[in-house]
Amino acid sequence: MPYTLPSVTDVLAGLTNRFGSLETSLNRGQTRVVVPEPLSFDVLAWLKNQGFDLLIDVTCVDYLEYKAAKHRYGLVYLLASTATNQRLTVRVFVDDPDPTVKSVVSLWEAANWLEREVWDLFGIRFTSHPDLRRLVMPDEFTAHPLRKDYPLQGRGERHNFPVITRDHS
Amino acid sequence: MAVVHSVSSDRLELPENVVIGRLDLLANWCRKNSLWPMPFATACCGIELMATGAAKHDLARFGAEVFRFSPRQCDLMIVAGRVVMKMLPVLQRIWQQMHEPKWCISMGACASTGGVFDTYAVVQGIDRFIPVDMYVPGCPPRPEQLIQAIIDLQDKIQREGTINGREFDTAGRQLRKRALVEIANPLSIDASRNPNLQRELAAAADAVAGRN
Amino acid sequence: MSIATAEFGTSGPEAGARSEDYLWTLNFGPQHPATHTTLRIVLKLDGERVVDAMPEMGYLHSGFEKLGEHLTFNQYVTVTDRMNYISPMANNVAWHHAVEALLGIELTPRCASIRTIIAELARISDHLLSNGAVGLDTGAFTFFLYAFYQREVIYDIFETLCGARFTNSYTRVGGVSQDFTPLVIEKIRGFLKTFPKTLDDMERLLTRNRIFVDRTKGVGVLTKEEAINRGATGPVARASGVTRDLRKDEPYLAYGDFDFQICCASAGDCYARYLIRMQEMRESLKIVAQAIENLPAGPVNVGIDQRTALPTKQQVYTTIEGTISHFELSMSNRGFEVPHEESYAAIEAPNGELGFYIVGDGGETAYRARCRPPSLLHFALFPHLIRGHTLSDVVAVLGSLNIIAAELDR
Repeated sequence: MPYTLPSVTDVLAGLTNRFGSLETSLNRGQTRVVVPEPLSFDVLAWLKNQGFDLLIDVTCVDYLEYKAAKHRYGLVYLLASTATNQRLTVRVFVDDPDPTVKSVVSLWEAANWLEREVWDLFGIRFTSHPDLRRLVMPDEFTAHPLRKDYPLQGRGERHNFPVITRDHS
Repeated sequence: MAVVHSVSSDRLELPENVVIGRLDLLANWCRKNSLWPMPFATACCGIELMATGAAKHDLARFGAEVFRFSPRQCDLMIVAGRVVMKMLPVLQRIWQQMHEPKWCISMGACASTGGVFDTYAVVQGIDRFIPVDMYVPGCPPRPEQLIQAIIDLQDKIQREGTINGREFDTAGRQLRKRALVEIANPLSIDASRNPNLQRELAAAADAVAGRN
Repeated sequence: MSIATAEFGTSGPEAGARSEDYLWTLNFGPQHPATHTTLRIVLKLDGERVVDAMPEMGYLHSGFEKLGEHLTFNQYVTVTDRMNYISPMANNVAWHHAVEALLGIELTPRCASIRTIIAELARISDHLLSNGAVGLDTGAFTFFLYAFYQREVIYDIFETLCGARFTNSYTRVGGVSQDFTPLVIEKIRGFLKTFPKTLDDMERLLTRNRIFVDRTKGVGVLTKEEAINRGATGPVARASGVTRDLRKDEPYLAYGDFDFQICCASAGDCYARYLIRMQEMRESLKIVAQAIENLPAGPVNVGIDQRTALPTKQQVYTTIEGTISHFELSMSNRGFEVPHEESYAAIEAPNGELGFYIVGDGGETAYRARCRPPSLLHFALFPHLIRGHTLSDVVAVLGSLNIIAAELDR
């Protein structure tokens, strides 16, 4: 990659001052911060004030079958700054039986649908989300299909419809 | 269309300006050249469907360009693209809203079989849930393929269509099959593994017995 | 479709003053010509004025991300074609850009230029269709036919290039499937000659057309603050004054080498979005013209030492490294080394920032292949943009956001 992202070391230093030492890592120019779940909202709010005004994405990874994974679900917040072009990845790890994170909709309106999607596909509950409903799957669907214990072909939901023949129509 | 000019026979004497034809043929001829497609375009195939109707390929040459988005006005549903769980009830309802006689083209691999999307959400072929007359292979099919499918469907309408829609009557189709069984020698058919065929053979034997 | 009575979380500014009895609910989609694809919006109307809108999605959710966990990095490119299906090449480039960021592969200069060219051609074809659709929805059918005819020309270039006119699956890890042939270069040069004239014609048709301007100017205004807060990217954000374009901000591929402008507007309405797209097509033409005349020589795929792209036939037949590499890449249980890492990389797709968050677990498939779709965030903007406007503005706003259902739902 000929282009390297702008450094975020000053932000990380401020973050350590404010919240104590957090686990950080660097991979190919991308900086990641692992934040404990109770602190997640405060850290993200602080980062927004530091200039990370654009929430690129909220997503989740299910580490059920991942080697040497300590937690089941890892949330990913991708932040970017429109002024300085810095990028920062914030990771929050949660576990069964009731994976819950505080919603960031009050910080970024963009998180509304992204969090609904994570709830739909992974079953992570976002507290104080204004409208936490399923986004892409039908409302009567019960599973969370992107979890690793859900099979690719599904559990037969896709065949469960009435058949219309020429005689019916 | 078969047109008979002035047939002279001992039963029927026609004046010069009367044309005799089968009403079915006339109706089919009208229907096949005025197909009004209902584009049920969900995904990529929908863009190729637009390309088929747009300037270069110009579906209007084949008398099927009047795309109407209200199912009440259409008689040909073109399902272009994959149909997923959430969409299938909509598809079925729109199919039921269309008036008879109506036909359905399943355009592309996804609509026909699920295509590459063998996943939890995608219906593996719309023909599991609604009747389909014509399948178009390809992912997505080229516009030429869709045009060919429409020509083939027109051909099918011309050959099989009836004015009161008897070709859609599945019970009637069963009767025609029985005639085939009757012609064949019943003893030469191995029906031990096919209960349907056994029933047909029994019915055929009854018919033969009744005739005798 | 049946008209669903929906629960509304928030009401528009006008709703408080009036009695709820005056309001009625209109279901728009999921099968409606102006949605182009399978969007559904439940509108709450006061006469002809939209008080609130509740978008509903998922009518094309096909499990792309789940599928990405079961297909190898090279196989999944066929699925990305079907993601934003009006510019498949841009998706191919985005996917393999992210994969190469995970693997740490640096492309050859020729490959970077080739990918830049096809990504820009894809941008032109995307903008043609999305602007054509805005025209179509506001009553300008001729404009749509002009736009679609030029798309056919680009289809023809892509077909000459890789054999498929529409779903190209062109890129590979560390390279592309086919090198540019002289015929392709000739066709692109021909397109560069003829397209500006057509673009002028199109602008003359619509840009100052009274009806079109009246229907789009001042409709669906998005302010700069809202655009950033709601995660808008691409032409939608740039029409609101956000000067963010990854081609300039994080110059990937060969964009750093070329001279082009970022198009921005400050109005933030449908008309501004239309103008941005028109202008971006001209900028894309500039990039393609520079790239095609300065196409670097040399190999198009990365070398044997990277162990990701298939070696050339010459290398397979004459060198032991080539033979080994070819054998290993062809075996189903070998493939190339994938680190136990996670990375995110994005490109400036025609619609906005299209990125993939890929988790590698050492296997030949991704452990998780998250796509960051611009359409999702743009569709979430819709209720905000339409409140207070009339029912006929719904199609104009939808068209100018250019929401592609397959990318929206995945």
